[in-house]
Formats: sequence, C-alpha cells, structure tokens
Amino acid sequence: MHAEEKMTLEKWPASPEKQTLEAKNKFLGFWLFLGGETVLFASLFATYLALKDKVPGPDHALAKDLFEIPLAFLMTMLLLTSSITSVYAMYHMKNFEFKKMQLWLGITVALGLAFLGCEIYEFYHYVHHYGHTFTSSAFGSAFYTLVGFHGAHVVFGLAWIITLMVRNAKRGLSLYNAPKFYVASLYWHFIDVVWVFIFSVVYLMGMVG
Amino acid sequence: MSTYAQKKGFGATVWDYLTTVDHKKIAVLYLIAGGFFFVVGGLEAMFIRIQLAVPNSDFVSAGLYNQILTMHGTTMIFLAAMPLLFGFMNAIMPLQIGARDVAFPFINALGFWLFFFGGVFLNLSWFLGGAPDAGWTSYASLSLASEGHGIDFYLLGLQISGAGTLMGGINFLVTIINMRAPGMTYMRMPLFTWTTFVASALILFAFPPLTVGIFLLMFDRLFGSNFFVTAAGGNTIIWEHLFWIFGHPEVYILVLPAFGIFSEIIPVFSRKRLFGYSSMVFATVLIGFLGFMVWAHHMFTVGLGPIANAIFAVATMAIAVPTGIKIFNWLFTMWGGSIKFTTPMHYAVAFIPSFLMGGVTGVMLASAAADYQYHDTYFVVAHFHYVIVGGVVFAILAGTTFYWPKMFGTMLNETLGKITFWLFFIGFHLTFFIQHFLGLWGMPRRIFTFLEGQGLETGNFVSTVGAFFMAAATVVLVINIIITTVKNERVGNDPWGDGRTLEWAIPSPPPFYNFKQLPLVRGLDPLWIEKMEGKKGMTPAEPLGDIHMPNASFIPFVISFGLFVAAFGAMYRLDYGWGLPVLIIGLAITFGSMFLRSVKDDHGFHIHKEELIDEDDNKGVKA
Amino acid sequence: MKKLAKWRLFSLLALMALILSGCGKPYLSTLQPAGEVAQRQYDLMQLSTIIMVGVIAVVTIIFLIVVFRFKRKDEQIPKQVEGSHKLEIIWTVIPILLLLVLAVPTVIETFRLADVSAMDEVNEDGKTDALVINVRANLYWWEFEYPNEEIVTSQELVVPTDQRVYFNLKASDVKHSFWIPSVGGKMDTNTDNINKFWLKFDSKGAEKANELFYGKCAELCGPSHALMDFKVRAVPSDEFDQWVASMQGIEEPIQPETALAQEGQELFNQSCIGCHAITPNNASPEAARVAPNLTDFGDRAYVAGILENNEENIKKWLADPETLKPGNKMSKTYGELTPEQIDALTAYLMELKVQE
Repeated sequence: MHAEEKMTLEKWPASPEKQTLEAKNKFLGFWLFLGGETVLFASLFATYLALKDKVPGPDHALAKDLFEIPLAFLMTMLLLTSSITSVYAMYHMKNFEFKKMQLWLGITVALGLAFLGCEIYEFYHYVHHYGHTFTSSAFGSAFYTLVGFHGAHVVFGLAWIITLMVRNAKRGLSLYNAPKFYVASLYWHFIDVVWVFIFSVVYLMGMVG
Repeated sequence: MSTYAQKKGFGATVWDYLTTVDHKKIAVLYLIAGGFFFVVGGLEAMFIRIQLAVPNSDFVSAGLYNQILTMHGTTMIFLAAMPLLFGFMNAIMPLQIGARDVAFPFINALGFWLFFFGGVFLNLSWFLGGAPDAGWTSYASLSLASEGHGIDFYLLGLQISGAGTLMGGINFLVTIINMRAPGMTYMRMPLFTWTTFVASALILFAFPPLTVGIFLLMFDRLFGSNFFVTAAGGNTIIWEHLFWIFGHPEVYILVLPAFGIFSEIIPVFSRKRLFGYSSMVFATVLIGFLGFMVWAHHMFTVGLGPIANAIFAVATMAIAVPTGIKIFNWLFTMWGGSIKFTTPMHYAVAFIPSFLMGGVTGVMLASAAADYQYHDTYFVVAHFHYVIVGGVVFAILAGTTFYWPKMFGTMLNETLGKITFWLFFIGFHLTFFIQHFLGLWGMPRRIFTFLEGQGLETGNFVSTVGAFFMAAATVVLVINIIITTVKNERVGNDPWGDGRTLEWAIPSPPPFYNFKQLPLVRGLDPLWIEKMEGKKGMTPAEPLGDIHMPNASFIPFVISFGLFVAAFGAMYRLDYGWGLPVLIIGLAITFGSMFLRSVKDDHGFHIHKEELIDEDDNKGVKA
Repeated sequence: MKKLAKWRLFSLLALMALILSGCGKPYLSTLQPAGEVAQRQYDLMQLSTIIMVGVIAVVTIIFLIVVFRFKRKDEQIPKQVEGSHKLEIIWTVIPILLLLVLAVPTVIETFRLADVSAMDEVNEDGKTDALVINVRANLYWWEFEYPNEEIVTSQELVVPTDQRVYFNLKASDVKHSFWIPSVGGKMDTNTDNINKFWLKFDSKGAEKANELFYGKCAELCGPSHALMDFKVRAVPSDEFDQWVASMQGIEEPIQPETALAQEGQELFNQSCIGCHAITPNNASPEAARVAPNLTDFGDRAYVAGILENNEENIKKWLADPETLKPGNKMSKTYGELTPEQIDALTAYLMELKVQE
C-alpha cells in the first residue's frame, strides 16, 4: 500500500498507523524514544527526591508549606481527561472519521491549555507568595526543573498536535499522516503518565512530608 | 530524482555530502570527522606525555595542562571513538542485515550533524578563552568553581553531540528490528550487528542521565540554580551518580562494537565460523545488562559506605565472566582454523592479550578495599587505556583496514598497514604497561607535573617514548590512506577472499540502494553458505522491482547549526547584550526548520525497475 | 613446545624480578605497606594478581598454540565448528569460582576498613578515647585538627605509630581526596558531607620511611592539584604525646629572639596574620581559617608541602608563590616584598618552633 494513495472508508485498514515500512519504523522508533524519555524523567525524579526540602535556611518554604491538593488534583483531572479524549480521537481515526478526530483532538488541546494555565498560575503563586524560585534553593531548582521539564513537554505536545491538525485540515486522513497522528497521541499519553508520577511523588508525598 | 554517482564538480560533491541521507555517505562523514578529532585528541595526548617526560617540566603550564587532559579525554571518547564506531555501524550494519537503508535516514543525518556541530563547538573553546579544565568527568564542585567559559563549552558541546548520539542509537535499533532481509533471523545476525544492537540499547538508556546531569550543571553555571551548590542545599554527589550511570555503560557502548568488529575479522581470516555463536550473543547481551549495575565502582572512595561498595564490587566482578567467555570463544574460533595474518588479523590477534590485560586489571579494581589504593592513580589510567586503546582503538584500526575496501573500493597497502600495527602495538604497551606500576608507586592521575625524588622519573620517561611510537604509527596510517586514495586501484565484491557475511556479496562500494534485490538468508554467515555450495552470490528473495528511496535534505544541517548558534547565545547571555537575541535566533532556526520538516510532505522517490536493468549493462564501470 | 615453556618461565621470572626491584619508595609506594590498612590492601592486591596471572597464563598458552599451530599453510577449508557445551561450561564455571575466591575477602576487607565504631564511643568529657583527627582539604593545603587535644596544625600531620588513628574528612572549597599511599588507600574529602575512616602507622614502616610519609591529593582540584602534597610524621606514641604537650603549651605566639626575626614578626603581624594563625588553639571558626596554621612552621620538613624547609626555599616561596604553586590562594594577596622584608620574614618563620 502506498502512503500517498487517496483513501476511502472501504480501503481504510484496521491499523492505519502501521501500514507502510516507514510507519512501522516510526511507531517502533517512537516507543524506543519514550523509553529514553522514561530514563530522563527517572533521573529528574531521583534528583528531585535527593534535593527535596534541601534549602539554605529555615525561612525557606518546604514541600509541606507549598503544595495544595485541590489545584494539583484539578490539574491531574484535566490531563487525565485529555488523555481519554485523545483516545477518542484515535478511535475515530481508525474508523476514518476525520472530522470527529479533529474535534476530539481539539478538545484534547483545550484541556492541555487549561492544564498549562493552572501550572503557570501555580508557579506564579509559589514565586510571589513563598519566594520559592528556581534560584532560591536546591529544592526550588529541582522542583522547577522536574515539573518544568514536564510542562515543556506539554507545550511541545500541544504545538505538535496543533501543527498536525492545521496541516492536514484540508486534506483528510491518509496512510501518510495517520502514523503522525498516532505517534503524537502516544506522546500525549506519555506526558500524562509522567504527570501521574509527578502528582504522586511531588504533590502527594510532599503533603505527607 | 534518481541521480546516480556521475562525475561531479567539487561544489556539487560538497553539497551532496551536506544534504545526504545515505547511510554509506554518512559513514564516510563520521569517519572523516571522527578521524580528525582522533588526531586532535592524539596531539593532546602527545602534549601530556611530553610534559610528563621529565620531572618539574614547564612545557605547558598547570592550568593549560588541565585543559589539555580534559580535552584529550572528552575528545577521544565523545568525538573520536564513538563517531568512528558509528561510522562503521552506518557503513556496515545495514549491509550485514540486507537492508537498503536505515530506518530513519533523515534522523541519521541529523545525528551526524549534531555530533559534528557539538564537537566543533567544544573545540572552539581553545580559541575563545580556554578549554574546559575539570577532567572529562567534570565533577561538580570543581566545574562550578572553574572560571571562564571552558566548562560551558563542555556542557553545551556535549549536550548537542549527545542528542545526536541518542538519535543514532534509536535509528540503529529500529533498523535492526524492522529492516532485516528475508531469512535474517535474530540468531543469524552477524556479531557486529548484534553488538551494534546492544550498544544502541545502552545508548538509549545511558545517555538520558548524562543529558540530565549536563542540564543541571548548565543551569547551575548559566541560570543560577543550586543543584550542586552546597550552601544552598545542593549536593555534588548527584552529579557523580548521574555521570557514572552514563559513564560506565559508555565503556560498553565503545567496547561492544569493538568486540563485534573482531568477531567479524577473526572468522574471516581463520576461515572458520565463530565458535559458540549463541554464547557470544548471550555474553554480549549480558555485558550490556550488567553494565548498568556497576556504575558506583567508579565511586568506591566517595564514602558510600561498605554495603554499597561491597555490592558494587561483586556485581563488577560478575562482568568478567561473560567477557571471559568471549575471549575463549575467539581463541577457539582460531583453534583448528587456517589463519591468514593480514593487517586486520594482526590487530585481532594482538587485541586478545592486550584487552585481557585491561580486563584482569578491571577485576583487580573491582575489589573495593584494594581499589582505595588504585583509585585515581596511574594504575587506573593504565587500566582504561588497556581497555579503550587495546580494545576500542585496535578495533577501529582493524576495522579501518578491514572495511576500507567495502567503503571506498580500494585496498589499503598491507606492508604499510603492518608497519602501523607494529609501531602502534609496541608503542601502546611501552606507554601503558609501566603506568600500572607508576600508579602503585604512588603517582596520582591528572597531575601536571611530578617532583624529583619520588621514584617516578624512569617510568614516566619510558611511557613518553612509547607515545612517540603510537604517533609514528598514526602518521604511517595517514600516508597509507593518501597513497591508496591516489593510486585508486578498484577491487571487487569480496576483496579479502573469505568474506562470510552479506556485505561482501555486493559491489565495493555498494550502489546507493545497496541491494538490487533483497537477498535470501539461509543461515549464519549467509554468503559463506552460498560459497560452500559453489554459488557466486546470494539468491534473491524477491523479483526485480521498484526501489523506494528517501530524498536528500539540507534540513538536518540547519537544525544542528541552529543549536550551534543558540549555544553561543546561552553561554554569552550573561556577559553581553547580544547573547539573548542570539540564543533566540538559534532556537528559532532549529525549531523553524523542524516545523518546516513536519509540514512539508516528503514521500521519497522510486528507482524504477528499468533503470536497475540498465545498471547491469555498465556494471564494471560504476563506482 | 618445551622450548616455549622455558621461555614462558623465563619471562615470568623476569617479570617477578621487575616487580621485586621496582617496589617504589618506602615513603610513597603502595607496594611497601607501612600499616595495617595498606597491608590488608596489599594482600588483596597480591591475591588478585596471583589469580589474574593464572588466568593470563592459561590464555597465553592457548593463544601461542593457536597462533603458531594454525597458521594458514594450504587453501583447505577447515572444519566449521559450532561450539562446545563442555568447553563453554568450563570457561564459565572456573572464572566464577576464581571470582568467588577474590570476592569473599574483598567483602570482608571492605567492611573491616570501614569500621569506625570507635569514633562514636564518647567518654564523660564528650571526647573519644581513640585518637581522632579532622582533616580539612583546601585549595592546595591541608589542615589537621585534633579535636580532643584542641590543637590545629597544617601541611604536616603528626601521628603516633602502632595505634589506630581515626579521620574525619571534608573539603572546604572543591572536592579533594586524602591519600597516604604507603599507609593506606584514599578517601575523598567531599564538600557535602564528612567521611570517616581509619589508618594505622606501622613503626617499622615509619623507620624505613625515615618517619616521614608522603601524602597526596588524589582528586583533580585545579591547576596545582599535582602539588597539593602533605607530609606525615609518624612517631612513637610518647614522642607524639610530647609534641601534643608542647603544642598545647603555646598560648601566645612564639617570640622570636634575633633582631631580624623580630622585624619579621612585625611585618607578619601587619599582614600575614590576617590569614595565618600562629597559635594552635582552634577557637576561630573554620571559615576564618583560610590559610595554613604556622605555629610549628620551623619544625616542618617541607615548605608548602613540596619544597624542603630551608632558608632559600622559604625566600623563594615568599617572593613568588604563584610560580611554585600555580593558582594558590596566597598569590596576589600581598604586594611585592623587598629582599630585606623577605629576609626578615624568613628569619621569623624559621624561629616558629615548638620542639627542640
């Protein structure tokens, strides 16, 4: 099957994301890339745990002073929901329903943006109310690096999905772009999984001290 | 679109290489760039040895010496050994599995250019206020205290080239998993392919910790964070862990492909299949796995406590077992064989005892309590040079001679090759054997000079003499390459005569699509099997058809160049007003070209069946 | 084959001869252990060397047979052998056994050398019965504080022989590593935490080394890492007690006797004293102790850890420390000294003796 071929519902295969060799390579390569990313985040988590609450003096805010469960919970819900909506989008992609896929991707993007908004508010809050900054302590450096790296992944993921949506808006699905959508959604799930760990390790464990 | 290698002008050739996505041309680029950095790192080594030839020498100053030793280590590991091995992986591995290309040709090119620009950036430090001076390990307290921008060059340069390496690793993994020719099962893959596979997996999991470590140190130096600032709650031991979680697997990233190269050479020149193939594969995988469990043996004296030290000591010793299996398998491959002592075989034979020396001292070092004496002395310097030079550099020199005809279509001169070998072999042992004793006699490593009256004079002088032998060997090699290239005597598919694997079944150098028809693989050493049945070449596994090939692209170069520019901006941001804009411009170039790449469709092109048939008519002429 | 065996024996003997003749200097070499720690480590080294030489011998024999016997003589294709399970089991199991022989003593010694429990046993005065020394590594000089005895010295560690000495190790600027090769392995001085270990200085070994061991910094720490040496004076315990007593006896700076030295003292008090203490008590906080304590400078064998202590070298050091120890923290902290000033300071420094 050629990647450029014009597609119809009848011709659309069951797993459109792995029809060509290029697509199979992309699929596997991306999984491996996520393996590397996992180690990257593992290193950041280890660093965070080693430096948690390591501050130069008693007047610096610690984890238990900073974190509030309601906001972190809201952010978790936003991102978890966006993961589900991206699953819907992929479901529609497999059924060759381009419009519906775009719609659900749109909702995913909206949820992602809402998450980012919360995160920006959260950082702003820490900086202005607690003086907890990137440079104020080793704890601050480790916190903003771990959570910020995740945030940067969210930004990149959003930019990626939006680019794909705009680029393919007029031409619909093909075996050339189906793997691209699929891989982007994989990336989005990965971001979500990392957040679950951040929620547990940083926020929940931070609350209990 | 399908342009064959016609006679081209110089400009067109340069443009061709700047935009190429062909794994064989990328291999040549790796070989040239890696070879260049190898010479640079070698010169640095010579300066080190000249400085240490006599006590109280003032050939170079103390500060400059630290820069030289840092750059020697960094250059040799990141910019010479790894790229040179990547060159062989690119050139040979796809041919060995019967693939027309790698899985991600574009990313392959991007990986090269990232490495290249990272390496150039790092070496520009020599001209822009001084090179890094905290050792290749760049331990955090010292590297934070280091003045000037040397360490920043190290961090940004390695970050860029490290990203390239990671991409290369993923590319090789996917290529091997997805693109093997019909019949090429995992347990029929040549050992070089296997070691490429395991080394790539190690890259995938070992480089991210380095990336993180470098980010943290960069943030500390350039953006005011406090990861390693003790006064603000930071902890420098984190750097040591992150560095060695990367650093130890790195040793295997280097040495496994070296094992692979020797595992190809020894059967070819013994005319005998590799003894214990499956145990060799098993040993390779096991070494790769254990390689991640032992990083703290570099930190025995840090004060991690006896429990950690004991565990890591025993784990480290365990690596000796699979390595030993390999040594004996190589010996028994030759046992009963019919050994022809060509230049590559010289290296392979010399490698066994040389590397064994590095291996046994490795076990000695693993003994934690005794390591308190060895650690950070010339004993360690001797040990890792026996591993890296006796293992990796021997393999690179052997691979260069062995694969030269396949890559360039000409044979390097055997007499000159053997002269290189003997000079290098003698020089190597002369330089490094005595260093074991220097260490035991109380000479710490990384010292810019030593005082009289400590019994270190003779040993150091001997060591320096040896270094000159190795330098001479390198000069002879360069002369050999020049002579061979000028003479340009073309060779056929299987110039060594006893090729066993698929790469020897196709022309030297191969056409850009490698295989006109994918070969049918019927077992280990597929070409040998066909030869033994009296056939000339491989049986095709498919009828002649159109071949799909990727388009050349200039974007990899531009993406890498953008990061190169951005690195200058990041570094000079605090010193000059133009720093921040340059940082933004650089990132804009990178992300802009990535964006362009993702919105512009690239379907590649097809070589049509008819063109391939035409090819047959002028086969002999085509390079 | 017989000839070959003889040749091997010969080369082995030659190697042994080289090792025996080349054991390095008794005050610096790890191969001339002068204390329990170094001795245990030396024994481990020997054990591992013996095992490894055995391995090398086996490989060498096979190697030589292969290389000489199986050289290509004709164009025949040799038999293609897949492998041999029996052989593979042999060369998997035997190395494992050999490694066990090495691993067990390694683990035992690792724990034994890390045993610093005596440092926690505190008596009524809040002091330990064991001799404890706090080592603080600084860019290119070492400080030795005796917390129980409440004295501070630097550059030359004084220790009693034949008893365990315990060390607290740390660094005040960048990471260094504390190493006295002939007495025992090294341990890092970190910026983040205090490391603890012990050493024992053998009286016989000390005799061989003329009572003066060489100590080294073993972790790259900057330009003068190579010159960050210190010395260890290992003396019998009564002599050590004497030294402690005479150090403790100095409550006021030592008064020089000659006129020239008095002139030097004046100069010293004008500038040098801002960094260099000349009394051994450790009342001032660590952060204020930014340069070596010079109380017993005149007794020390070396200037700055690297130059023999004599008039000429002191003058050389005072005139231009930068050339002698690049990157040290003393350079450029004072203006150029006139020859007269140098003479005076040197005379003063040479009179800073606590012992006759």
